[in-house]
Amino acid sequence: MDRKIRVLVAKPGLDGHDRGARVVAAALKDAGMEVIYTGLHQTPEMIVEAAIQEDVDVVALSILSGSHMSHFPKVRELLDAAGATDMLITGGGIIPAEDMKVLSEQGIGKLFGPGTDTREVVEYIRGEVSSRNS
Amino acid sequence: MNRQALPQLLEAAFGGNRRALARLISLVENDAPERSAILDAVIPKTGGAWRVGVTGPPGAGKSSLLEEIVMAYRERGKTVGLAAVDPTSPFTGGAFLRDRIRMARAGADPEVFIRSLGSRGSLGGLSAQTEAVLDLFDAAGKDMVFVETLGVGQAELDVAECGYTTVVVLVPESGDGIQAMKAGLMEIGDIFLVNKCDHDGAALLEMELRAALELGSNADSWKPPVIQTSAIEGRGIAEAVEAIEAHRTHLAQNGQLPHLRRRLLERRLRRGVETRVTHALWTDPERAAKLEETLDKLLSGGVGFEESLRALLPEGLDGEES
Ligand SMILES: Nc1nc2c(ncn2[C@@H]2O[C@H](COP(=O)(O)OP(=O)(O)O)[C@@H](O)[C@H]2O)c(=O)[nH]1
Ligand SMILES: [Mg+2]
Repeated sequence: MDRKIRVLVAKPGLDGHDRGARVVAAALKDAGMEVIYTGLHQTPEMIVEAAIQEDVDVVALSILSGSHMSHFPKVRELLDAAGATDMLITGGGIIPAEDMKVLSEQGIGKLFGPGTDTREVVEYIRGEVSSRNS
Repeated sequence: MNRQALPQLLEAAFGGNRRALARLISLVENDAPERSAILDAVIPKTGGAWRVGVTGPPGAGKSSLLEEIVMAYRERGKTVGLAAVDPTSPFTGGAFLRDRIRMARAGADPEVFIRSLGSRGSLGGLSAQTEAVLDLFDAAGKDMVFVETLGVGQAELDVAECGYTTVVVLVPESGDGIQAMKAGLMEIGDIFLVNKCDHDGAALLEMELRAALELGSNADSWKPPVIQTSAIEGRGIAEAVEAIEAHRTHLAQNGQLPHLRRRLLERRLRRGVETRVTHALWTDPERAAKLEETLDKLLSGGVGFEESLRALLPEGLDGEES
C-alpha cells in the first residue's frame, strides 16, 4: 500500500489573494501530502465536484472575503449530499471566534487565523485523517 | 471511510457514479489489496474510449489547451476522462497538483472527470498506474480519455505513449524545438501543437518542427501535422481536435488499430513482468544477503565481476546446466 493524504486547497468567493492558500499548500506538500490546488474564484459546486473526483481526505478553504458563514456550510451540505460525509473540511481566514464555534457545530473542522504556524495545520490534518481511517 | 463491497463499487462506477469511480482510482493508485481484482473486472469493459496522451515541457500550456480541447469535445456531446500527472517530490513524497487551475470549465462539468495524479514512486511503474486509471475511465463509459504528462524523462514519455494518439505541445520561447529533439519528443508525436502562437517565434518553431519531421519521416503513412495554437485566444483548437479525429480515422482505415492495441498491450505486459520480477529479485532475503557477501568478495579481490554477477542471477539464467 502506498497511501497518501490528499488535500484539496481552494479559494471560494471573490477576493483575489491566494498567497495564504499557496503557503499552506506548499507546507502540506512538504509534509508529504498530495495537494490539489484549484485556484481562485471557486463556487461551492466546483469545489465539491473537484473534491469528489479527486477523492480527497480533506477540503481546505481559504476565505478572506467575509463569506465564511455561507461558504463553509454550503460546501459541507453539498459534500454530504454527494455521500462524502467523512471528508474533513478545514481552512483559514479572518474568522471571528464565535463564527468558528457556530461552524464547528455545523460539521466544519478546525479553522485557522492569519499567521498560524503551518506546522499546526499539518499536525491537525494528520491527526484527523488518521483517526478517521482507523 | 465507508467501505463498500468491491462488486457494488464497480457496478456503481460502470453505471456512472463519480464517487465510486473516484474511490476505485484511489484503490488502484494506493496499490490496495483490491487492485488486481479491480483491474481484472475493468479490462473486459474497455475498448470504447479513444485515448490521447498529451505531453511537453512544463509551462507549455498543456492544461490550458486541454481545457479548450475537452470543451470542444463536450460541444460534440462526448464525455471525457482526464488524468493529469505531476511529479512527486522524491524528498518528501508530497506533490503540488495544479493542473485543475487551468481547467475551471472542464472541472465543473459533471460529464468531465478530471483526476490529478502524483507520479509517486509507484511500485508497478508510473505508466502501469496511469494505464489503470485510463482503463477505469474507459470502463466507466467515457468517450474520450486524455492523459497529461510532463515531457521529461523516460517514465513520462512512456505515459504519453499510453494513448492511441500522442500530442506534443511546444512553445516558441526557450529553444523548445531543440529540447524536443533531445528529449525524444519528435519520435513519439502524432500531432505537434505550437502553443502560445500569440507570442513571437511560432512560425519559426513550426518550420523547425516541419523540417525535423521531414528528416525523420518513415514508412508510416501518417504525416504528423504541426498546428499553431493559442489556448489564451482559443486559436487552433478546432484544428487540433480535427487532427486528433483525423489520426483516429487514419488508424481505423489502415487497419492499424488492432496492431497498435496489441503493441500497447504487449509493452504493458512486458513492463508488468519486468517490474514484478525485479521486485521479487531484490526482496528475496537470500539474494540480498548474497549481494552483500558478493560485494565483500569483489572488493577484496577474491572473485571477478562476471563470476559475482552469475552468482546473483536466478537459477536457469546463470548459464549453468540445470
Ligand atoms: N500567452 C499565452 N499563454 C498561455 C497559453 N497557454 C497557456 N498559457 C499560460 O502558460 C502558463 C502555463 O500554462 P499551463 O496550461 O499550466 O501549462 P502546462 O504546465 O503545460 O500544463 C499559464 O500561465 C497559462 O496561462 C497561450 O496560448 N498563450
Ligand atoms: Mg499542466
